[in-house]
Amino acid sequence: MTQSHRGATQSGRADRRVTASKSSIDEVVDADPRLVRLVFWYAASATFWLVAGTAVGEFLGLTFIWPEIASTSWLSFGRLRPVHTNTVFWGWSSLGALAVAHYVVARTSRTELFSYRLGWVALGAINLSVIAGDVQLIAGINNGGQEYREFIWPVMALFAVGLVACGVNFYRTIADRNTDAIYISNWYILAAVIWTLTLVTVAYLPGYQDGIGQTIIQGYYMHQGVGMWFTPLALGLTYYSLPKLLNKPIYSYSLGVLAFWTQLLFYTMIGSHHFVFAPIPWWIQTVAIIFSIGMIVPVVAGTANFLLTMRGSGTTISHSYALPYLVVGVVFYCVGSLQGSVEALRSANLYWHFTDFTVGHSHITMYGFVAFLIWGGIYGLLPRLSGREPPHALIGAHFWLSLSGLILYGVSMSIGGTIQGSMWIEGVPFIETVQAMTPYWVWRAIGGTAMFLGHLIFAYNLWSIWPAVSESDEEAADV
Amino acid sequence: MFEFHRNEQLLFSTVWLLFVVLTVVIAIGPALTSQSTNEPLPTSEPMTDLERKGLKVYVNEGCVYCHTQQVRPVKPDENLGRPSAPGDFARVERPGIWRQTPAILGSERTGPDLTNVGKRQPSGQWHLMHLYNPRAVVSESIMPSFKWLFRVVDRPAEDATVVSMPGGYGPEDGTLVATDRAETLVAYLQSLDQAPLPGQDAAGGGSKKGSTSSPAKEAGGPDGASIYASSCASCHQSNGAGVPGAFPPLKGDPVVTAEDPRRHVEIILEGLSGKKIEGTSYSAAMPGFADQLDDDEIAAVVNHERTSWGNSAPTVEPEDVEAIRKAMKEASDESL
Repeated sequence: MTQSHRGATQSGRADRRVTASKSSIDEVVDADPRLVRLVFWYAASATFWLVAGTAVGEFLGLTFIWPEIASTSWLSFGRLRPVHTNTVFWGWSSLGALAVAHYVVARTSRTELFSYRLGWVALGAINLSVIAGDVQLIAGINNGGQEYREFIWPVMALFAVGLVACGVNFYRTIADRNTDAIYISNWYILAAVIWTLTLVTVAYLPGYQDGIGQTIIQGYYMHQGVGMWFTPLALGLTYYSLPKLLNKPIYSYSLGVLAFWTQLLFYTMIGSHHFVFAPIPWWIQTVAIIFSIGMIVPVVAGTANFLLTMRGSGTTISHSYALPYLVVGVVFYCVGSLQGSVEALRSANLYWHFTDFTVGHSHITMYGFVAFLIWGGIYGLLPRLSGREPPHALIGAHFWLSLSGLILYGVSMSIGGTIQGSMWIEGVPFIETVQAMTPYWVWRAIGGTAMFLGHLIFAYNLWSIWPAVSESDEEAADV
Repeated sequence: MFEFHRNEQLLFSTVWLLFVVLTVVIAIGPALTSQSTNEPLPTSEPMTDLERKGLKVYVNEGCVYCHTQQVRPVKPDENLGRPSAPGDFARVERPGIWRQTPAILGSERTGPDLTNVGKRQPSGQWHLMHLYNPRAVVSESIMPSFKWLFRVVDRPAEDATVVSMPGGYGPEDGTLVATDRAETLVAYLQSLDQAPLPGQDAAGGGSKKGSTSSPAKEAGGPDGASIYASSCASCHQSNGAGVPGAFPPLKGDPVVTAEDPRRHVEIILEGLSGKKIEGTSYSAAMPGFADQLDDDEIAAVVNHERTSWGNSAPTVEPEDVEAIRKAMKEASDESL
């Protein structure tokens, strides 16, 4: 491997530059063109939903400052908020992670993907569910105002079809593997599909969800929609992309296995920490709080495993355009998750529950952790599939816009939320606490704008590494 | 022993089974138990058809994303009502085959909690004005204007609910009327009023009772300006000028500036409606605050109103309020 050598000569040539110059692709993978096409179309769909979903998010952020801009039904906050969250959840984060996952599952099993057709079916079903769901929400139909469950069941059933297709495809690929052991990435990726399919089924079935029963299921569902879907998916990708890009093995396979089982045992129990002090059974809240603290085990095990893998590779990281995304993703995985454990404590919950602190937290995790790991995977692996070199400066611009935007967003919401919570405890009239938040909403909008600009650059970057299209490819893409 | 890393069947079936077991223990089991053991409070009323339709509008327009309906047994919530009980939600059911049970508890308070909004603000006119443009009644509000729940007509039908907006906030031409959706939504909001827990008298359901150790009191009496901001300013406005045609001004008002504060205190205790003030009639009714504010708090807010915005009238003591409250109770007992 000549990666570090090449990086050194480049930085020598460009010694007057402020930033480290980045290494070019060190290998072009000879993958089946059908796989390459599938992966890129997953990434393109994901990127479309990222730009659309965060355009909506940006608009919503501005309505806090200029409420009158949203006086039309389909532009109103109440309808667009679930459009934003569901689009970036089911559209961007899910498809972005699945783009890389299809490649990782096949690659680490040293075999072909079981079925390309199933891959396309899943992509079509998930895209359709997000389109139908967004139209439904904008038209003023909401499943019940339960966060991340706002799509009505026929729409979510389409998403579930996508999950089944992915599950079968991944399972059969893993079963056909040409390796002795199932690589740890595949534990996380396929488990995520299995858990989420179960989760969605439980959340949409009737029979136990009237009255406060609904709230208990909502706690279980909304939290695990994040932690048993995006968390294991993003971690699974990183167990492949990080050692691959560093060109060395993961620090400890066993630590990854420990984190896997503790994630399953602890995370499943903690959803109700979103309803601390609510009239749901006290024991469920206490269990949720205790296991939230228990989450320190998988989080620290996972973080340590990644950081110890990175140790000693500082030069490689600074000369890579993809690895910095993985570094940020791992750091925010740790920070965001530990923040979540603290928020679950009754004493901290008293200050932060219902405030914008939680909005900051969800962006620190879904964006700082999940989105950055997906970008790391896309920038790190997809150019090797298409053999096209991306524009290094623009990947850097995307990185800094997204990172600085997120930090502005997270810090302003954390400070503002803490002030808001303290004012409520003091018993200040409510409207004064709204006024006190205005400066933090302005900073949030500035951060959000930087993030959104980063996404436009990301879309351009993906286009610039798009595989060269032959005529037969075009026909296939039209199908 | 376990060959998880070599046997995909064993690995993934274990992963699924464990998850299902935990799901039953932490979610499905407790949800089923809660659903089957929670009866609605005997003191609560079933929802009317109108209110159910209003709840549907409430969910579809995404009100739940900014408003909670959940009073926690903790300090920041102690002025919102009594702590919510599971029975408070027992009447919330799955509305039909296409949708799931609404999640009215909420998770974010960008706007205030609505558990007792029907008690705090019973005026339908106020809610309609506030929905059409929140800033017409609460100038600092950041709530969206729900203009599509209203229609502008040349001549309103006889049974139409006409909404009169203060200057500058209404449509330029024509008359503003509420659609059915606005009316059902307001009916739902007006119905939001916690039923007393069994064994508690109706007044006990009020918010302020029992909170004898509120911070304001420890610091030497409640703060009239703060009570005014929470309980009065949404109609009478923070500058005391009211909203023409809907809510009378307190600045320079004959009752508020009268030498004898008796009538002023009486109106706060029992409310007022349909009265012409200095030749102007006002469309909205004022609720009584006898159950919501105690004598100290009423005295504080009366004194705030009597000494603000250029008003300077004699103030009252909590004992005066207590005496007026007692006299009113005796008078109403006699009339029974």
